[in-house]
Amino acid sequence: MNAHRKANDVNSASGGKATLKRAVSVVGDLWQGIPATPRRWIIPIGVFLLALLFPFYRSGLADIPSLGRYIPDVESLIVMVIFTMMAVSLNVVVGYAGLLDLGYVAFYAIGAYTVAVFASTQFGGSNENPRTIRFGAIAPESLPGIHISIWLLLLIAAVVTAVLGVLIGLPTLRLRGDYLAIVTLGFGEILPQVARNGDDLFGTGFNLTGGSSGITPVDPPGFGESLNSVLPFLPENFRTASNSARLFYWSALALLLLTIFCCLRLRDSRLGRAWVAIREDETAAAAMGIPLMRTKTWAYAVGAFFGGLAGGFFASFKSSAFDTDFFFQISVFILCMVILGGMGNIWGVIVGALFLSYMDRFGLNTIGSHVNETFGTTLDIPKYTFLIFGIILLVTMLFRPEGLFPEARRKAEIEQGVQDEPLYDTQQS
Amino acid sequence: MSTQTHDASRNWFRPKSRPTVQSIIGLLLVAAVLAWLVVNLIASPAQFMTVLVLGITFGSLYGLIALGYTLVYGILELINFAHGDLFMLGGLLSGSFIISVFDLQGGKAWYVLWPLLLLTMVIAATFCATLNIGIEAVAYRRLRNAPRLAPLITAVAMSFILQGVGLIFWGPRPTTTNNLVSESKVFDINGFSVTWNKLVVILVTAPVLIGLIWLVQKTRQGKAMRAVAQDMQAASMMGINVNRTISFTFAVGGALAGVAGILWMIYPGSMRFDTGFQTGLIAFTAAVLGGIGNLRGAVAGSMVIGLIQAFNEGLSIGSPGSNWTQSIVFSILILILVFRPEGLLGERTPEGQ
Repeated sequence: MNAHRKANDVNSASGGKATLKRAVSVVGDLWQGIPATPRRWIIPIGVFLLALLFPFYRSGLADIPSLGRYIPDVESLIVMVIFTMMAVSLNVVVGYAGLLDLGYVAFYAIGAYTVAVFASTQFGGSNENPRTIRFGAIAPESLPGIHISIWLLLLIAAVVTAVLGVLIGLPTLRLRGDYLAIVTLGFGEILPQVARNGDDLFGTGFNLTGGSSGITPVDPPGFGESLNSVLPFLPENFRTASNSARLFYWSALALLLLTIFCCLRLRDSRLGRAWVAIREDETAAAAMGIPLMRTKTWAYAVGAFFGGLAGGFFASFKSSAFDTDFFFQISVFILCMVILGGMGNIWGVIVGALFLSYMDRFGLNTIGSHVNETFGTTLDIPKYTFLIFGIILLVTMLFRPEGLFPEARRKAEIEQGVQDEPLYDTQQS
Repeated sequence: MSTQTHDASRNWFRPKSRPTVQSIIGLLLVAAVLAWLVVNLIASPAQFMTVLVLGITFGSLYGLIALGYTLVYGILELINFAHGDLFMLGGLLSGSFIISVFDLQGGKAWYVLWPLLLLTMVIAATFCATLNIGIEAVAYRRLRNAPRLAPLITAVAMSFILQGVGLIFWGPRPTTTNNLVSESKVFDINGFSVTWNKLVVILVTAPVLIGLIWLVQKTRQGKAMRAVAQDMQAASMMGINVNRTISFTFAVGGALAGVAGILWMIYPGSMRFDTGFQTGLIAFTAAVLGGIGNLRGAVAGSMVIGLIQAFNEGLSIGSPGSNWTQSIVFSILILILVFRPEGLLGERTPEGQ
């Protein structure tokens, strides 16, 4: 490769261009020569391997002068991966089924609180009369409260969230478009308040959510002593392990992979095609025999399932669940990711999610301090986060409403318009 | 002919008024709330009346904001999320004028206070009207024929941008006015009292609302607005300038938001960059409650929401308390949308039957 480049330098400009063109076409031919099925997977697998190995070469990248500071640390990356997971699952609801959900954070909150309640000292009784319920937990025996293995609990949280998603969806999903958006927004506003007032529900003194002081600490994931002694590569406790951040990172990556896989398979399934059909033309879809309510409810349930999974893992990672984690702004933030990336296209959504969550967690801070150092200003860039995300959303909607990497079908819908009128006969009496 | 007989047979087959389970449950709920109110009224009448006035005050404020939502929804079928934040900017701007420019705090004489307050109100209303026209031209006009989720997302984006502007220019701390309009009592009957600052809010709102309804129902411009709301294409064929009519509607909504903003600075007198969003959601709930697209409905719904909020926070017997206000308001929103999307006073929208 180096030799090539040197040869190009020696050659005249036009000759260099020709060589380059030929090299590109050779590479293109080689790429086309690979059979279609592996070709589809080469780039995702390559990116995944790069992401998997990130903790090993991170310090190397971070040493690059002036640019190195833009490399996020592994902790920020974990949060980015979790947000990507939520964006991918919101994409099922908004992108595939075309149901605008402005209260998605409610699902995330339910998942987080489910894990927090069942893996902490929340129901530990009083000091004199401690209560302990344990199931495969790695928390020390002496710790009171309910402690269930996080792995099992993640599944429980996801199922609980999915069930609640269905319960919320059943009455509301027959509304269309903006009314549905408002109802979901209402749920998204009620839930944090329930969490905030949940330390004294209905004046009975029953403390479910710990109120504004939240629930903390929450048990970390882990495989326990006995498994660790048999299979030494399974760490005993993620939080006390020496490479704690990496373990969290890899398990978040695994969960993200699971989410992506399920969503991809669902998209191509009968159900996924029904979602797209409803999104494009509800009347035609119903005429073709697609059960509208059931199909929409499934979209809600799937979105809620993975949202709950992400929320549960986040609670375990942060070791806390607070009512302030579930503001409307976060719903919009996740929606931003989906819209920026391109509604319906999972890869676009992943790029959008990684970019926006990177900017939120890491990028804006770093850019701000860099600008201030360089120009001697005292701008407080994170203060402008609202404004910046609003402008990103607005500009995307105005100039490229199909998102940066649109799905071909979705693009056509936005350019040619869809049958947007609601169907009345979904109304149950 | 055949349809007529068909209808007649259906009427004969099915009695006209059969109470549904929903309506029975709804009536029971309303009855329970009324019983609760009566118990409170008997226990402490003075407190009840004070709370009632407070509710009407907040209801007036919500009404001014809710009208903006309802006007825009009536004409574009768009939930203008940015409207609440427009109200916030109007309030913060008039707060700046009151505190810094005119220095009206601390009990100024009436001949200084009232003209300058009126001037501030005109400034705030003009500012909000202009801003709202600009928002429509920049953000909504291009998307008028796009799938209907597109303008909704743009509206959310606009709301974020306005909040960001509020945060940058006025900071994260609330802007508070002290002792602007006298807080002395207008009258006091056995502990039931009304203070001037609350009365001012009600006294200003009433003529504004009447003026608006006159504008929409009696004037030529109002006729144009109603025509565009009914059928944009047909209206343009009749020689109505649709773009100008929509701009005018946004201007009226914005001006109302500006008036609400300055009244909010008089009572309750404290505004922050995120006040508008929350208040806007409550006002939107009120608009939906009254039947979105229906002007009288928006005012009636706002009064109901204002009273619910005040009763919930102010009554002492068996009220859930201010911690739950938001949940109650949004529960009402959800219940109304699910069971009676046309609202209390009607005006059917395509969103639900």
